[in-house]
Amino acid sequence: MTTEPELAIEASGLVKTFGETRAVDGVDLSVRTGSVYGVLGPNGAGKTTTIRLLTTLLQPDSGSARIFGHDLVREAGAIRTKVSLTGQLASVDEDLTARENLYLLSRLQGFSRTAAQERADELLDGFGLADAAARQVKTFSGGMRRRLDIAASIVVSPELLFLDEPTASLDPRSRNQVWEIVRALVEVGTTVLLTTQYLEEADQLADRIAVIEHGKVIAEGTPGELKTSVGSGTLHLRLASADQRADAERVLGRFLEDPAGVRSDPVALSARVPTELSAQAAQERVRQALAELASAGIEVNEFSFGQPSLDEVFLAITGHRPDDGSTNGSDPDKEDVA
Amino acid sequence: MTAQSNQSITATTPDEATRAVLIRSRPAQAGAGTTTWVFCQRALLKLKHGPDQLFDAIGLPIILTLMFTYLLGGALAGSPTAYIQQLTPGILVMTLTFMTVTTGLNLSTDLAKGVSDRFRSMPIWQPGTIIGAMAGDIVRYLVASVVVIGLGLALGFRPAGGVVGVLLSFVVMIVFVYSLTWLWISLGLGLRAPEAMLNISMMILMPLSFLSNIFVNPDTMPGWLEAFVTVNPLTQVVTAVRGLMSDTVTGSQLLWVLVGCVLVTAVFAPLALRKYRTRQ
Ligand SMILES: Nc1ncnc2c1ncn2[C@@H]1O[C@H](COP(=O)(O)OP(=O)(O)OP(=O)(O)O)[C@@H](O)[C@H]1O
Ligand SMILES: [Mg+2]
Repeated sequence: MTTEPELAIEASGLVKTFGETRAVDGVDLSVRTGSVYGVLGPNGAGKTTTIRLLTTLLQPDSGSARIFGHDLVREAGAIRTKVSLTGQLASVDEDLTARENLYLLSRLQGFSRTAAQERADELLDGFGLADAAARQVKTFSGGMRRRLDIAASIVVSPELLFLDEPTASLDPRSRNQVWEIVRALVEVGTTVLLTTQYLEEADQLADRIAVIEHGKVIAEGTPGELKTSVGSGTLHLRLASADQRADAERVLGRFLEDPAGVRSDPVALSARVPTELSAQAAQERVRQALAELASAGIEVNEFSFGQPSLDEVFLAITGHRPDDGSTNGSDPDKEDVA
Repeated sequence: MTAQSNQSITATTPDEATRAVLIRSRPAQAGAGTTTWVFCQRALLKLKHGPDQLFDAIGLPIILTLMFTYLLGGALAGSPTAYIQQLTPGILVMTLTFMTVTTGLNLSTDLAKGVSDRFRSMPIWQPGTIIGAMAGDIVRYLVASVVVIGLGLALGFRPAGGVVGVLLSFVVMIVFVYSLTWLWISLGLGLRAPEAMLNISMMILMPLSFLSNIFVNPDTMPGWLEAFVTVNPLTQVVTAVRGLMSDTVTGSQLLWVLVGCVLVTAVFAPLALRKYRTRQ
């Protein structure tokens, strides 16, 4: 057998406090080289602080980490040649044009004047920003800004790229573009660590996910493992008439799990998709259920189908919703979802 | 109907155009000189895109010059022409002094907006970030100096020290403003919000400017005020600059200014660079 693949990130017991706030409170991470790792957590969970620690912008209070084998504190210089950061706040210069931003960064990465011009134009073309190249970044839309921001991080494709909430507040089209960029980067061998508040995003991109809350990793596993603990989604529907409710429950029961009404609303029903189904298969199953309802003559006024939200994942893992305090006193210690 | 299926976005293969621009080969690392020059260029580009900041800085001295010269010149120095000989070098020092805040403010804004995070996580010579920006500032100082001296000349300012005197005084002022800049940079690095940095610097500079020898001869002031005005560092600089422009400067006047600047720089430059490196 070949040797174990090298680890891009190997962090143990990282702690960072700001005054009373334990922003990062004993985080362990191991990220395999070449993989995409998702860090999932609500506002204030400590995602950004974790990234700032791993990109040498902050010094940990305790704990240690190695990036490609280099010590975070003692070999910060070596780490900076291998990693690149796309921060949560778009970290391009708003006063400058897109081309100027990329030109200056290319120069800083060591390109000569002409090579830097070429590299800037190449990147602008590749990221669909050529038309806006000469415009000040402050006139850019959120999606364009994000793309420029990522382009700025891959002037030289880094070995490890950190993306802090790369698709926050982007529309689906821009979000998809960002996802494609990430996939392309992975193809050329870049390891990616991204943070997100959306399970779906982590699911689409990440090989493994760590769920963090209050600076602690509360669950870690593949997207499949995480979702298994929650279910692949829930179908909610409203019937035209309460009389058909029993029939509807029976039909739904053939395709989905736990069909149940909402007590306070006689026409509302919901049912969970079996946990073992893939996202694709889950959708198919929901379609079948809806078709079967129609052919049974059951009239549905309204329906919605959603993937488990981050809230539901939290609920499943911790027994409480993010940030509602400790409802049941469950210890949010790390637990492996299997 | 609210059919919100998240899979409506179909996964596609990575975009060809994007894939084509990904490169792994890294050119040789940029040296300290290149890094500094790039940040100097950045400062100049920012100035090109937002010259209003510069005009703001020059607007006030123009108004003050006109106002003081014609309103008070006669009372303070006998005639507007006599007064402008004193006022021009003073206003010039004051203008450049206020302009130094911008450098600290820009850095503070970069830090707040996350722009600095990118630079600080790059394998570059980090002091270049600050030193380059400071180097770019020289253009702002030159433009402001030309405007203020030009206005003075138009109003009858005739420096006895001639071109040489004026150029030498520019050198002294540059040494002074750069030492002061290190102080603002240290301050900006220590504070969270750019606004706080702006407020504090104004609270320091306003009294220093008006309780100095820029507008009024300290001899006419009550003793306690005169004492303050005399030790005010801005007074020292204005005296040296006036001396150079009117060819009456003494060695000790210059020496005090230079010693002061060296001291401030020796304290705040290393402090700023260390803070920049280790800022949490
Ligand atoms: N520089 C700082 N000084 C003081 N407190 C900080 C600082 N940075 C972060 N914190 C605190 O640490 C905690 C974690 O913050 P962090 O930014 O890492 O969260 P996050 O998961 O990135 O949240 P978001 O989703 O909102 O970006 C928060 O309570 C935040 O207020
Ligand atoms: Mg964050």
